Amino acid sequence: MADTLLEIKNLKIGATAYPPGEPPQEITIVDGVSLTLEKGKVLGLIGESGAGKSTIGLSAMNYGRGGVRLTGGEVLLNGRDIRPLRGGKMRAIRGAEVTYVAQSAAAAFNPAKKLMEQITEAALAHGRCSKREAEERAVTLFHKLGLPEPETFGNRYPHQVSGGQLQRAMTALALCPEPDLVIFDEPTTALDVTTQIDVLAAIKDAIRDTGVAALYITHDLAVVAQVSDEIMVLRGGKTVEYGTCDQIINNPQEEYTQALVSVRSIEHEEKQPTPEPVLRVEGVTARYSGTRFDVLETINVDLHPGQTLAVVGESGSGKSTLARVITGLLPPREGSIIFAGRTLSPDMPSRSREDLRELQMIYQMADVAMNPRQTVGTIIGRPLEFYFGLKGKAKRQRIIELLDEIELGEGFIDRYPAELSGGQKQRVCIARALAADPKLIICDEVTSALDPLVADGILKLLLSLQKREDVAYLFITHDLATVRAIADSIAVMYKGRVVRYGTKSEVLSPPFDDYTDLLLSSVPEMKLGWLEEVIEHRRMESAGH
Amino acid sequence: MGPIARLLAQRIALGLLLLFLVSILIFAGTQILPGDVAQSILGQSATPEALANLRAELGLNEPALSRYFDWLGGALTGDLGTALTSGQDIAGQLWTRMGNTLFLAFWAALVSVPLAIFLGLLAVRYRERWPDKLISAVTLASISVPEFLIGYVLMFFVGVQLGWAPSVSTIYDGMSLGAKLHAIALPVAVLTLVVLAHMMRMTRAAILNVMQSAYIETAELKGLSMFTIIRRHAFPNAIAPIVNVVMLNLAYLVVGVVVIEVVFTYPGMGQYLVDHVSKRDVPVVQACGLIFAAVYIGLNLVADIVSILSNPRLRHPK
Repeated sequence: MADTLLEIKNLKIGATAYPPGEPPQEITIVDGVSLTLEKGKVLGLIGESGAGKSTIGLSAMNYGRGGVRLTGGEVLLNGRDIRPLRGGKMRAIRGAEVTYVAQSAAAAFNPAKKLMEQITEAALAHGRCSKREAEERAVTLFHKLGLPEPETFGNRYPHQVSGGQLQRAMTALALCPEPDLVIFDEPTTALDVTTQIDVLAAIKDAIRDTGVAALYITHDLAVVAQVSDEIMVLRGGKTVEYGTCDQIINNPQEEYTQALVSVRSIEHEEKQPTPEPVLRVEGVTARYSGTRFDVLETINVDLHPGQTLAVVGESGSGKSTLARVITGLLPPREGSIIFAGRTLSPDMPSRSREDLRELQMIYQMADVAMNPRQTVGTIIGRPLEFYFGLKGKAKRQRIIELLDEIELGEGFIDRYPAELSGGQKQRVCIARALAADPKLIICDEVTSALDPLVADGILKLLLSLQKREDVAYLFITHDLATVRAIADSIAVMYKGRVVRYGTKSEVLSPPFDDYTDLLLSSVPEMKLGWLEEVIEHRRMESAGH
Repeated sequence: MGPIARLLAQRIALGLLLLFLVSILIFAGTQILPGDVAQSILGQSATPEALANLRAELGLNEPALSRYFDWLGGALTGDLGTALTSGQDIAGQLWTRMGNTLFLAFWAALVSVPLAIFLGLLAVRYRERWPDKLISAVTLASISVPEFLIGYVLMFFVGVQLGWAPSVSTIYDGMSLGAKLHAIALPVAVLTLVVLAHMMRMTRAAILNVMQSAYIETAELKGLSMFTIIRRHAFPNAIAPIVNVVMLNLAYLVVGVVVIEVVFTYPGMGQYLVDHVSKRDVPVVQACGLIFAAVYIGLNLVADIVSILSNPRLRHPK
């Protein structure tokens, strides 16, 4: 084929691992992956964390993070194998023929340099054009990507623009040298859904207009379905399925792909409010000390026993602050927290042990929520000892019961957190919360750091535990798919206020307020052409107004 | 007032407050020293009347508080009093000495700071390879050996055996700059060896820390060469910690050179201080203490200001 840009043949990528107390081991990260990308086409690489998708993407630049090395196979870029290239010849490809868009633009831009300098740097370093041409190109790209004040946008420093704008600026950085291939590595994952949709549309337009080819790496199949021509599903460094976008989404052959496509198929019957809520948040207004703005303004919500209240909103909407107020970490300026019929003391240190026991918390980052030097048994045993005075055999017996409940089993009792996977860690955190036999568990983004299938497992576990233990959840999340799966009632938060509140069926049925409408319509759907539909719909609406 | 101006004003005010507190400490410290100045001037055989007269003359009978404010007021207007032993004006002598010390410190800094930063960059560029290890080993060795020993060793080999530079660094007015530089070559070399390791290692650590950042990977994926990445992307973000350690070492060059000045009989402040401590000449010791403190606080203030100014978030608020 004359139009082939990138051809990877039987690629093998390895690294040296240094397990503590053992001799170094050679491990294989990518094993025998082959792919072909034609000029101007987009190939989506999809898989869970550890599937090797970023590693494969970076191999097109002959780059390995940390000690990662390309150990076998061929990487043919424009017809020549780039794998043996070193030094200057290797650098001549990076930033010129192939460029890279990182997941977190906020971290990927140098905080000490103006955006324009960073965006034009690669083009200038490779002598692809003059400084003036490069800056003109950048401004054209700013226009195309819908950045504000494109003429002067480049004079700003990274901290002076928002996260969504920075991600688009990163796209401009990648397109400025006019490369043949751009690697997009989870470019929208760190963004809020309402921002993600704009960035996604901007990226898609830019790819179409410049005719550049792209490798689009993500764990979100619904996102990749919007931008790709072809999709490769990866797992554990191997290809699971490779086909056109249409075939993968609408007619997946492999079981694993089918699971990815049908993720979030949890059935949950909505429960109706009871007369007596277990938690009542009454007129809570709060601000952080030393600031002059209320982070929460007159919040009123109820949570009923054995039910789930989902609190949704974008980052900065005040969801986690609400959790801090309920747990007493941030005493409110006004309002009160009524829990199981009694008004809780506003600050945690003056709450009774019983209050503390009945209200537990699970966090987003299970890794850092556990002491790495304690075994699973010690971690789960601590609340048993602290709240119930259990010791010795009785404590061990209860720990094993809890491990069975979270579907891990007795074999895990002597393991350390470092020996667990992400999903297993979160399960241990759930067991630790359950050990206190609470009435209410606050779950703060507990599935956000997990891969979709693992997250699904956690949600199913939480639901079955709720059925058995009759525990209520206050479920904080930015992910509406999760909300649909597990909530009984929903509070939508925006800029410190609850803008919509009610049972799930009420909140998710029209008529919507503007914000909820925007939020709901921004959640990517697993179908081709969804992005265009939404954009078109919004254009029509704003024209109609 | 912008946030920067406010921060800077705060730092400067704090520096002045600190200097004021240090002046109290110096004054109080010299007051509680054992012994009597009058006695040490007049000697053991002095009559009680003579001692009383001298005390009255020196104002030693005044309450400590009023003597402190007299001294402080004088120091603020440039009058540091008269030396008890020689009866000469301290300020006049001290400026000459101070000038000599600064001259030595300036040239030592001019050699050591760029060298330390360059070696730090080089160590990062060849991290964990032989240039890095060699630089680390040599600078560590040079900081571990006592400075007077290095001084005498250099004096013996370079000064006496090879005869390249004088081993006594006497300088006086009327010497040409070249002659002066020749005279101080050895003390500059010793000082450089002493302060080099600290600055170089901090530069290396600060830049390595920055090299972990995601934006360094971005720079690598732009196909820039390693040295360009270090210079253009890592160094600007490592300025604050580097300037901090540089300033501490500059302060050391001014304040900590006592030993070197004595070894090379260089007519600087350090030697002046040592002479007068042994003679129990309190006003001179106080004056030297105050100036050393001012230098230390001043240089650290500069480091603070540079780190504030090097933060783009403060320089360019939203």
